[in-house]
Amino acid sequence: MTLPTPGAATSPRARWRRLVASDLWHDFTRSPLPMLAAAIALLCLGGALFAPWLAPHDPFDLARLDLADSHLPPAWLADGRATYVLGTDDQGRDILSALLYGARISLTVGLCSVGLSVLMGVTAGLLAGFLGGVVDALLMRLCDVMLSFPPILVALFIDGVGRLLFPQARDLLAFAVLILALTLTDWVRYARMVRAATLVERHKEYVQAARLVGVSTWRLLRRHVLPNVLGPVLVLATIQVGQAIVTEATLSFLGVGVPPTNPSLGTLIRVGNDFLYAGEWWITLFPGIALVLIAMSVNLLGDWLRDALNPRLR
Amino acid sequence: MLSYLLRRLAQAVLVMLVVGMGAFSLFQYAGDPVSNMLGQDASPAQRAQLHAELGLDRAAPIQFARFVGRALGGDFGLSLRQGREVSALLAERLPATLELSVVAATIATVLGIPLGVYAALRRRHWDAKLTMAVSLLGVSLPTFLIGIVLIEVFSVLLGWLPSFGRGATVQLGGWSTGLLSVDGWRHIVLPAATLAVYQLALAMRLVRAEMLEALRSDYVKFARARGLPDRVVHFGHALRNALMPVLTISGLQLGGLIAFSVITETVFAWPGMGSLFIQAVQFPDGPVLAAYLCLIALLFVAINLVVDLLYAVVDPRLRVRDAGVGVRR
Repeated sequence: MTLPTPGAATSPRARWRRLVASDLWHDFTRSPLPMLAAAIALLCLGGALFAPWLAPHDPFDLARLDLADSHLPPAWLADGRATYVLGTDDQGRDILSALLYGARISLTVGLCSVGLSVLMGVTAGLLAGFLGGVVDALLMRLCDVMLSFPPILVALFIDGVGRLLFPQARDLLAFAVLILALTLTDWVRYARMVRAATLVERHKEYVQAARLVGVSTWRLLRRHVLPNVLGPVLVLATIQVGQAIVTEATLSFLGVGVPPTNPSLGTLIRVGNDFLYAGEWWITLFPGIALVLIAMSVNLLGDWLRDALNPRLR
Repeated sequence: MLSYLLRRLAQAVLVMLVVGMGAFSLFQYAGDPVSNMLGQDASPAQRAQLHAELGLDRAAPIQFARFVGRALGGDFGLSLRQGREVSALLAERLPATLELSVVAATIATVLGIPLGVYAALRRRHWDAKLTMAVSLLGVSLPTFLIGIVLIEVFSVLLGWLPSFGRGATVQLGGWSTGLLSVDGWRHIVLPAATLAVYQLALAMRLVRAEMLEALRSDYVKFARARGLPDRVVHFGHALRNALMPVLTISGLQLGGLIAFSVITETVFAWPGMGSLFIQAVQFPDGPVLAAYLCLIALLFVAINLVVDLLYAVVDPRLRVRDAGVGVRR
């Protein structure tokens, strides 16, 4: 495989040299589209990460909001003002600032849920593949049931159940319910994939050898099997980050996602949608463009990574 | 073949039972029906009596059995939000969702398959590459955003098409249809197009991938070696084999259409089951959620079953071998 394996190279410089020398990097530097996608993804990530420093205004400081500044179009239109580059919404919030903070929330929810579902799915997959028997049968039947429904419906159902269980869910709890819904929807794919790979690995000599030496099951799974099944998981996780961000935005757009006090990109689009008929397209369009840019660039990177790591397509 | 059929049926029943348990627990958490029915100032004795009458004092398995019995008869109780029969609510909204899905599925299939074949045959040309890039956009764009952009362009800017509701409907027995009037068709264009975009892009990409796979295969090479014209090789050999997975695609599409109709209906204020479901998630309304869950599960289990059986009929390898190995999808 061409993935630089962690642990093999010790110093950061040696790792960097290995990365540059790898086929993957070679492929990457010669494909303009993935490079553009990576640039856009990094830009969005940077914008989200440094939102408090980059944003020209603080959109959540109620004291500094002025209703006289509401409904302003972008700066290049007739009534626009230079301080509000992308215009303002109905409460006088700067769209650009709200967008940066919104991207921060969207990315946080997306990355958290993907991280959690990788953790959950990989653990379940390793256990199912390695232990077999009842554990395997139960887990895989559960996967079958969940995979026969589209993810957005599963997420909506779990979200609905979460709302039934915690009727007073506000702010932090609402975030937890949302991330949990996305996680419980996603983990199945990793579990399936890792289980299949583990079934292959468990019969190989190195596993038998490790067993003979008396390595405990947990350590065997973590240190020996896991590194060998992680490649495809990485690809899937990349694609799923884009998917999770879009799912989050959809749930928020439908009004069952993040609380309105902390608007994500989806919430911003939902709010702006009401002003579409008044001709105020900028309130909804700019968050929409940001969402599409993030989703597209992550998808492109994932597609490229999948093809680049697939020996059949070389 | 028969053992395969029975095994798949047993699986389907199992899935429905698991889903039924989920729906049942939704009921359990949906609040106490007794305090809803009697109000705040009922005496403890009255409560206990009604509890016993409703069978709420029985053990959970017995209550579950009663729930399954009622659900089989289509009885899901009263909606917490609207106080009406859940089954009646669903029944009056079913036609809107089905019509929307069928129109969208037609658009996606009629355009998706030819475009996929085209993109595969002209793989190295700029027009096929452009089609692929656009389809990537179609897969990446969130459905609600497509709807918003369509509304902005065709309703707000151009003013050509209406952006919400079903327009004039005609009653045919118990079925209200919007497909018999010009107004109804004008109303269905934007939501159906929104719903179709993702499915269209997906169908196209899958058909292209299958077609490329088929074009690389040995039988296509041999067909070429025999000197058959391109047209025969492409459509007689490659396409016929590439279309096999289209069965699965169509099955998946139906499911996807139901899932995304939830979003499309919200954007276009389309009075279907999807918007009912979203309201139930927001409120939250346990009985409606439970009924929708069961209905959708039934639909999906049926689709998967039919697709698997069709596979067994179409693919001779699955008939000869022990079919219990399972169908790869």
